[in-house]
Order: sequence, then C-alpha cells, then structure tokens
Amino acid sequence: MTSPRTAVRAGLALAGLALLAACSGPTATNTDSTNADGTGTGAAQAPTGDLRVAVISHGTAGDAFWNVVKNGATDAGRQLGVTVDYNSDGDPGRQATLVDNAVSQGVGGIVVSMANPDALKTSVENAVKAGIPVITINSGSERSAAFGALAHVGQEESVAGEQAGAKLREAGKATLLCVIHEAGNIGLNQRCDGARAGFGGTVSTLQVDINNPTDVEARIKGALQTDTSVDAVLALNPQVAVSAVNAVKGASSAAAVATFDLNADVTGAIKAGDVLFAVDQQQYEQGYLPIVMLKLYRDNANTVGGGKPVLTGPGFVDRSNVDEVAEYAERGTR
Amino acid sequence: MTTAPPATDERLGSPGLLDRLVLRPEIGSLLGALLVFAFFSVVTERFLSTGGVATWLDDASTLGIMAVAVALLMVGGEFDLSAGVLTASTALVTAILATRLGWNVWLALLASLAFALAVGVLNGWLVMRTGLPSFIVTLGTFLALQGLNLGVTRLVTGTVQVSGMRSAEGYASAGFLFASTFTIGGTAFYVSILWWVLVTVAASVVLLRTRFGNWTFAVGGSAPAARAVGVPVFRTKVALFATTAFAAWLVGSINILRFTSVQANQGIGLEFQYIIAAVIGGCLLTGGFGSAVGAAVGALIFGMARQGIVYANWNSDWFQLFLGVMLLAAVLVNNALRRRAERVRR
Repeated sequence: MTSPRTAVRAGLALAGLALLAACSGPTATNTDSTNADGTGTGAAQAPTGDLRVAVISHGTAGDAFWNVVKNGATDAGRQLGVTVDYNSDGDPGRQATLVDNAVSQGVGGIVVSMANPDALKTSVENAVKAGIPVITINSGSERSAAFGALAHVGQEESVAGEQAGAKLREAGKATLLCVIHEAGNIGLNQRCDGARAGFGGTVSTLQVDINNPTDVEARIKGALQTDTSVDAVLALNPQVAVSAVNAVKGASSAAAVATFDLNADVTGAIKAGDVLFAVDQQQYEQGYLPIVMLKLYRDNANTVGGGKPVLTGPGFVDRSNVDEVAEYAERGTR
Repeated sequence: MTTAPPATDERLGSPGLLDRLVLRPEIGSLLGALLVFAFFSVVTERFLSTGGVATWLDDASTLGIMAVAVALLMVGGEFDLSAGVLTASTALVTAILATRLGWNVWLALLASLAFALAVGVLNGWLVMRTGLPSFIVTLGTFLALQGLNLGVTRLVTGTVQVSGMRSAEGYASAGFLFASTFTIGGTAFYVSILWWVLVTVAASVVLLRTRFGNWTFAVGGSAPAARAVGVPVFRTKVALFATTAFAAWLVGSINILRFTSVQANQGIGLEFQYIIAAVIGGCLLTGGFGSAVGAAVGALIFGMARQGIVYANWNSDWFQLFLGVMLLAAVLVNNALRRRAERVRR
C-alpha cells in the first residue's frame, strides 16, 4: 500500500470479502457458538505414532511455580515418548490465541490452565470441536466440563484456602494478613476468601506486585508496622513467602508466616522455623498427569476422574515432612 | 495562489524510483515483514495454513489498531504511555455497567467511550497546559488508571475479574459488530482484523490527504513554527490524544465482547509494544515523521513473530530474546533507510 487511494481500494475489497463471506456473531447465551471449525486434524491421528501435546498456561515466564508444572509435563513427555510444547501468556486474550495456534497446528492434545475461563471459552470449545482432547489444569475446574474438556487436574482454591485458615487458627492466631501478588488472578482471591472462612478471626488483604520483590517486602513490612496486632501472614506464592519472612524480621514482628506452594527457599525456611507450613498443591502432577491422561485417552480411550476434578492438593508441608520434600524441591519437582 | 505554476520547475530534481521508495517511512517495516513472513513460511508449513494465518492476523489486529493511533500521536511529537492500561479500563467500564448495573451493552459502550475520550482530552490538556513532556504526564495517567482498574473492580465486584457479558442485554448485536467472525475458506477470521484495516486506511487518509494530517506533521516537526504559521497546536495535540484514547476504547470493546470477561491487570506493558510497532513502522521518537501503514505493518511483524515462534516449536523461554533482537534489527534497517532518504531529499 503505497498511496492512500490504493489503501482505500484494498480496504474496500477486504470489507467486501467479509460481507460475501459467512458472517457469524458471538452467541448471546450459552448455546453452541456458531463459529466455524478450526482446521485441526487431531481427531484424524492414528492411535500409534507421535503424540504432540501443547501445554498452555497463564503463568508469566520465569515464575517458579509454573516452572515445576513445565518440568512435570516435559518429564512425562520424555518418559512416555510424547512431544510436549510449553507456552504461556498471562494475558487471557493472548492465551486464547495460543490455544487457537495449537488447534491450527493440529496437535494431538491440549493442556490449558484457565485462570480466566470466559476468555478461553471460544478457543477451548473450538479445540474440542476440532476433535482435539483438552485437559484443563490448575484453575477453572467449575467450567472445565462445560467447555467439553476431558478432565480437570488441580486444587480447589477455596478448599485449600479454608484448610490453610483453619490450620492457622489451630496454631492460635487471631489476625491474618493475606498477600495477593497478581492483580488479575481470580484463584488468589478465592484462596483469601477461603482463608477468611476457615480462619474466623480478622483477615485483611494486601496487594503487591510479584514482579518487584523489593516492593513486596517493603509493603508487607509496612503493613506489619501499621497494624501491630497482625500475628499471621499468609503468602500465596513461595517467592512472596520469602519476602514475607524478611519483612517480619525487618518489622521485628512476631507474626507467623504460612504460604501456598513450595520452593527450595520455603523448605529451608520451614526447617529453620521461619515458615509455619506450606500448602502444597503438588503442581508437578498438574504438568505430569495430563500428559499421561492424554496418552491413555489416545492409546486406550481411557478417561480419568469420572467427571470430577482430579485433585492434586492441598497437601501440607511442615516440620514433620519437610526433609524428604526439600530434596525434591531442590531439583524443581516440588 | 493567483498564478498557475509552470508545468515543470527546473529547481525540482527527479529522483529515481528506488530513491522515491526509500523516502517512504514504512518501507523498512515492509521489508522486515517480508523477511519475517518468508522466514516462518520456510521454517514451518503450519504458518501458511489458513488457520495459521487467521491466528497471527488475530494476534496482530488489536495491537495494530493501537499502533496506528499511537503512530499518529508520535508523528504529532507526543507519547501516550497510558494507552495500554486504558484498553483494560474501557473494557472494565463497559463490563461493570452492563453486568452490575444492568445497562444495555450499547449504552455501556457509549459510556466507556465518553470515559476514554475524557481521559484522552485530559492527557492532552495536561501536556499542553503544563508544558511537561507527555512521557511524564501519561506515565502518571498510566499509574492512576492501573490503580483505578484494580480498586474500582474489587470495590464493585469483590473480585478481580468482571465476567458475565454474554447474558447482558444487547450483547448479541454489539458482539456482532466487535467480536464476530467471518469465514474464508472454512476458517474463522475475527472481525477485529477488519477493524484494523479500517483504522489503518482511515488514519492513512487523514495523515496524508487532509489538513489535519498536515497539522499533525507540523506540530510534531516543530510546535513553535507550526504555531507561527497559524496551525492550532493545542487543538491538534488534544485531538491526537483523544484519538489514541478512542483506539483504546475500540480495542477494549473488542476484547470485552470477544472474551466476555476482563481482568483488572490487563493491558499493562502493552503501551511499549504500541510504541515499538510504530517505531518499526518508521515513526521517529522526536516526532514529525512516520506513517500509519508502517505502524500497522509493525504490528503485523509482532503478530507473525509471536505466533511463528510457537508454530516453529521453539522453546518459548527464548521468545523475548528473539523479539528484542528482531526489533533492534528492524529499527537499524529503518535508520539506514532514513539516512539514505535524507540524502535523496538534499
């Protein structure tokens, strides 16, 4: 397009094409959407030969939690002879595009984490329509079956939050600070709401930015100094937990720290007594199991879970079992 | 002009075709796009399947709409760092009004458009009134909007996502305009691609064929000089800021109607992608030079690279590295071409 006039012509031609082509709007209710099928050939795969699975998560690149999920998926792929492609994007729109991408590549299976199920609805349904088996992981369990996914592998966030809250109450705590580290992640809110229900005492939430560790520590410290009655901090991510431990020390507060999820630092902190316990959702399984399930589905038409989510958590790691878990966290599988 | 100009003027040179081409700001991005396209077409055959094309066009479309508007603003010599977050703000306004207060979707869209234009005009007004660089002013707006997005969303909904647009009144008709698909060769293409083409064509015509376009180049080249020859600098710049805000509303509306939900943290960091796409398309950071078509092609490069890397089954860990290197290469090519262009001008 070198001159605006040709640009106008091209634009008009394209618009004309679009008018000639079958237009279809999105559906207003939850009936079947009228979008055209993708061009996937997943259904046409022979039951032998290569199986390629696309794992598409909403984790940001470099997130420790999702790294373990990725390890689980790639380990399973290596052991079962399945090719695993891992991609992630925190933006729900771009995550949906990655699902479309996998469909047009004609992969043999899709594993997707649904932090924002609405945004992924069309893409996941199109994948199912194209005959590609889909397994949802980590979040979005309540919508998984409705979208046509084979199964969901994950942890019920509100249940896990409730148990964490109850455990803190048993430890004799009265005022809890729940630290949310991703503004758009609905699962984190569910954890805090669950903790509120299970804890029974005063619960306040604090918003921090996971991409800025200095800010995380400073804000938790500030919150502890502002309200000295806080005697428990619940982190929802191992990186935040380490910052919270530093903040508690920095504010010379006596608050106990508990956290969701594990890494080597957290196991060290549990050993040292700085962290009371970690809620472990064993996310390695969230990467590993779907690959197994997809392979079983292709080779033997097996399904897992009986229509209910396959739960990988919550498990608890505290001083009683931290030693064996620690060595696994070290190698990036816990 | 009272006398007709002579048919030919001996003072005008007649540069050759190649030199004339080099003068176009978008030529560098077109070459880059061809290179990226050829590269991924060779590396993976899926890239050229209709499904593949639909995917990367879809990826490029919303980025392209914004990049074109940001390119106009950059030609006018200003930045807008709040554009990325504003795409989420407008979607949140629409979603909250439609799902929480039960407004008709069309009314909610109008309200969020008014909100977007207000933010755009405020940006422009602040920049012109205070004389501060727009980089600083819009950085402030960016942070303010980020806080508003999270604060208001949590206040109204108690959570950080607003969803349920599908059951709002008027969703089907609004969705048809912003989020429908059209089928070519059995593959569904999103209507956002058409919006992208439309916005690019409109912006190109405005920039190259209208008085406002001349004003834009003039205020970006030198605001004092433009003022001296009677260009309404204030109005032009405010209108340009309103244009990026309008584009942000368009993208926000496309997103909310297509995905039927919006997260409070969406859009953060995208503002730099818009600027980068515009720069690949030949815009100068100093203003007064650039092209709308170039910015659209810059967004196309982004979309092709983003999805092409996935099609090629490369390890996604290296994605950003590839993107960074590619952008630098594109800008360097642009720079070399521009040097040549300046030689031609002399």
